[in-house]
Amino acid sequence: MSTLHTVNKSPFERGSLASALAHALPGDAVLLIEDAVVGARASAVKTADLIKAAMPACKLYVLGPDLTARGIPSTDVVDGINIVDYPGFVDLVADHDKTQAWL
Amino acid sequence: MKIGVVVNEGPYTHQASDTAYQFTKAALEKGHEIYRVFFYHDGVNNATRLTVPPQDERNVQRNWSELSEKYNLDLVVCIAAAQRRGILDDSEAKRHGKGDGAANLAPGFRISGLGQLIESGIQADRLVVFGD
Repeated sequence: MSTLHTVNKSPFERGSLASALAHALPGDAVLLIEDAVVGARASAVKTADLIKAAMPACKLYVLGPDLTARGIPSTDVVDGINIVDYPGFVDLVADHDKTQAWL
Repeated sequence: MKIGVVVNEGPYTHQASDTAYQFTKAALEKGHEIYRVFFYHDGVNNATRLTVPPQDERNVQRNWSELSEKYNLDLVVCIAAAQRRGILDDSEAKRHGKGDGAANLAPGFRISGLGQLIESGIQADRLVVFGD
């Protein structure tokens, strides 16, 4: 049983990314969408460290179109975070038993 | 795979309904079945036919209606949330004495109850929630 966690708020605005990472179990995936994509930035050291700490156990993904919409280049994404498009989002939903939105 | 979608936010103030639309469209294009899209809370504002956004801007409500027509999507609006926000179909407009022509439910949507959300959760293989 694996879960896809979706986070849609900036980690500088709310604690939902930290909550999702704290609750995600080994084998789960966390997908950053909407304003949460700013949390994928390698240059944002504090959140980058939070994500890196979770990554051995969980897979991290970020929605590419939302990165582009916010002018964040893929070169500024933390190493190990996979960039997906909307079809990739659909695949993640299909590949995990449940989807949990951290609203 | 059968996927149920829930939309809890209205258009233009939050990205949630845009994300839900893009996700739903991508799922249909990949050959998945969208069991139902359920509009709850402010999400019911996706279902009014009266919005007139600028012509060079995306039209969120019309996008849903067109997607519904193309794929025969079941777009369900929560009745209690809709009545609070003035989203009415013909029979509801008549029932509440709002006069002829007051109905504003956009094509492709239908008004029903929360049971439709529960059923979607039971029948679909996945339930994906979009909100604020």
